[in-house]
Amino acid sequence: MSKQLLTLRVNGTSRSVKVHSMARLLDVLRNDLQLTGTKEGCGEGECGSCSVLFNGVLVNSCLVPAMQSADAEIITIEGVSKCTRHASIQQAFLECGGAQCGICTPGMVIATVHLLEKNPNPSRQQIEEGLNGNLCRCTGYMRIFEAVEKAAAAEQIEAGAAR
Amino acid sequence: MSKESIVGTSVLRKEGAAKVCGKARYIDDLSLPGMIYGATVRSAIPRGRISSIAFSDGIPWHEFIIVTAKDIPGKNRIALIYDDQPCLVEEAVNHPEEPILLLAHPDRHLLPKAVAAVKIEYEELSSVHSIEASENQQTIIWGKDNIFKTYIIDKGDVDAAWAAADFIIEGDYFTEAQEQLYIENNGVIASYNLEEGLTVWGSMQCPYYVHKALLGITTLSEDKVRVIQAETGGAFGGKEEYPSILAAHASLLSMKSGRPVKIVYDRLEDLAATTKRHPSRTRHRTAVTKEGKLLAADIEFTTDGGAYATLSSTVLSRGTIHAGGPYLWPSIRVRAKSVATNTPPYGAFRGFGAPQSLFALERHMDRIAKTLGIAPEELRRRNLLKQGQLTSTGQEIRDPIDLDHLLNRALELSNYHEKKARFERENPTSLRKKGIGLTSFLHGSGFTGSGERYLNSLVGVDVTAEGKVRVLVSSTEFGQGTNTILCQIAAESLGIDYDVVEMAPPDTRIVPNSGPTVASRTAMIVGKLVHSAATGLKQTLLASRLLSENYTTQDFIEAAKQYIAANGTLQSLSRYEAPPNIYWDDEKYRGEAYPAFAWAVYVAEVTVDLTDYSVRVDDFVALQEVGRVLNPTLATGQIEGGVAQAIGYALYEKVVWDRGSMKNNQMTNYIMPTSQDIPPIRVFFEEIPYAYGAYGAKGIGELPMDGPAPAILNAIAHATGEDFNHIPLLPEDICEQLTAIKTLQEEEVLTQ
Repeated sequence: MSKQLLTLRVNGTSRSVKVHSMARLLDVLRNDLQLTGTKEGCGEGECGSCSVLFNGVLVNSCLVPAMQSADAEIITIEGVSKCTRHASIQQAFLECGGAQCGICTPGMVIATVHLLEKNPNPSRQQIEEGLNGNLCRCTGYMRIFEAVEKAAAAEQIEAGAAR
Repeated sequence: MSKESIVGTSVLRKEGAAKVCGKARYIDDLSLPGMIYGATVRSAIPRGRISSIAFSDGIPWHEFIIVTAKDIPGKNRIALIYDDQPCLVEEAVNHPEEPILLLAHPDRHLLPKAVAAVKIEYEELSSVHSIEASENQQTIIWGKDNIFKTYIIDKGDVDAAWAAADFIIEGDYFTEAQEQLYIENNGVIASYNLEEGLTVWGSMQCPYYVHKALLGITTLSEDKVRVIQAETGGAFGGKEEYPSILAAHASLLSMKSGRPVKIVYDRLEDLAATTKRHPSRTRHRTAVTKEGKLLAADIEFTTDGGAYATLSSTVLSRGTIHAGGPYLWPSIRVRAKSVATNTPPYGAFRGFGAPQSLFALERHMDRIAKTLGIAPEELRRRNLLKQGQLTSTGQEIRDPIDLDHLLNRALELSNYHEKKARFERENPTSLRKKGIGLTSFLHGSGFTGSGERYLNSLVGVDVTAEGKVRVLVSSTEFGQGTNTILCQIAAESLGIDYDVVEMAPPDTRIVPNSGPTVASRTAMIVGKLVHSAATGLKQTLLASRLLSENYTTQDFIEAAKQYIAANGTLQSLSRYEAPPNIYWDDEKYRGEAYPAFAWAVYVAEVTVDLTDYSVRVDDFVALQEVGRVLNPTLATGQIEGGVAQAIGYALYEKVVWDRGSMKNNQMTNYIMPTSQDIPPIRVFFEEIPYAYGAYGAKGIGELPMDGPAPAILNAIAHATGEDFNHIPLLPEDICEQLTAIKTLQEEEVLTQ
């Protein structure tokens, strides 16, 4: 199968890879760029384990043809982990018990980053809606909701302090 | 010495930081030099014989490694209980998706095409696809009679009880298959070479089960087979026995190719080919007085085991023992059997037979209450077991459990009486019918009967030359919190900080066999052994005089290093010993079925919308007594997760079958609860420390799977006035049953 050159920005860095024309963004991230924090759960856009931010939009990277991400700005869990701005989200997941087996966690954290960027102070119902594309089989979601609320509160305090 | 108590506090999850940062390495995140990829060619029919296998043109077959049953050096069986399941089909196919051939190639994208290009012809034989078809024995597919296992519990004199009864109440109850649906699919990597032998990394619960299975398949010696658990993305029982098959497959490919081989299933294959919860049918016949005193139960409990025996006998055992629930039965008979069908074998899944038989019992209790005109909570109250009384197997309740108090507290926490009255007042004028229902139940912790004695688990605690304090167990972490609670127990026992204790790698070359990570046994049984081993290690150091009382963590580590410098190693091992007064009769199924039980009362509140027949769970109260709670955040998470999974079991998760094949093997059409489908799950604990568990802990992980489904269906019965006795209960099922009985007149009243 023919390979094509793809250039995209991942976590703030420009990356060029040769990819199969039918490759998925998920494959490029995991196999070509060794960013294995993004997980594959279902391969059909149901579970959200492969969530990444694509030009700021929350997408399932298993449904994005890699070539469509040319010149796009992609943020993965590795990018979130490098960014101190979102450390409170990961800390809240850790403290509240929002991660059990951990396989959905990178996607949940990405979805939470997305949610809190759009809505820094979401209600419980808005959290339920904001995470409805990310399935978790371990937690029953309760600890995840708490983690998002805690992170939102922490980010608000930080934002206040920054002013 | 550390002053603060570690056990009982919500210390952070040991491997949590790696998980929230995406740094935890699961099997599909690992890669070895020269690694190639494996795939499985599976049967397309439920039963028959293979007549020919052909490799179609268009595939560079010379580049592929191809393994058949002929390549198996040892016995073509997956070692488990009866060793009846082949690793690869030789001739006879017994279920759809049965593995026949294995392929491996460096390019993983080529594998699906190659699998599709293997053309298999069959002589098809008649197949069996229901409990009833298996029971009638017109087609024999397993043994002489299609029966994997039977059990009988017989206490008191059931036959004499009917004459004395004011009421005899009968009912049939059904539960269907449920998929574990861990978000990480099954996967392994196997690597074989002559010098080092065979090493397998995988997503799994039980490294030593895999180790045992590989010995039988490969004929390698014990020291030449090494099994290492990778970070595991959920299991719920679904990675108890199945990884043995997958590990055997990858190992055969690696032994033939001489290269590391990775097999990771995609979701379609995982759903179609791997184990699920056993479907069941339970028939109840109950003798009861008009005051609501239970006199006798005659219970027939039958499970569909699928095509091979695998774990069906032990799942049946737990279901059988739990069939009488937390009630005092002067007489009870449970006749249980597991039968064969031409379906992929059913397997372990959280609850392990108990959710099935308890669903039937707890629905039946509400039907008895309705017949007698007694409130469901009052019927239960009049029959709940008390300290000193005997369970169905004649086990004396020794712990000071007060189930009456548990019931009262659950009713209070859920505001049960007020809500019940309000719903009954408001429902007649609303199309949105509200209901409230409860269940009282129990779950036995640890292996059944003499199981723990046979397991003979061994646990260690050591300190490395670098001064690392390690817990040595084969008990695995797959989300429940094994790493965290065992490190808490070790730290508390050693009198040092939690942060300096770590888990030794879950690697059969490093850790002893502490038994499988199943049966709600890790906190109670393995935890207790960690406590003993750690206490032994501390005593060794104190006796050596390198350490004296009132030490700090740093003192401890320095003393350990000095000890190791002088003596070479510092390790303490502890082996299982049964608590006193434990006696179990495997023949008569009488005695101490479990070392301890966890107890619970759950209350569900629902809305049934009669415009679309949807059901929403609005509120859920889960009150349980699980002994000492070792880590409140983790324990609460276990309960919430179990309740959510059980809500799926009750209302959403339906496997659609066609002659033994799962037809909805996608997350798109096998529906599990999302963040918007779950009510507030309010979790409460009562703590009665159990003397023989680690710091008083009992089992917790499976309990929350048992109670929610019947609580929800009891609430639906309250809301609608109709009994539904089958799960999953989908809107179309409710529609069908309600429209069949609804009169035009009633409809007119409602719409006025």
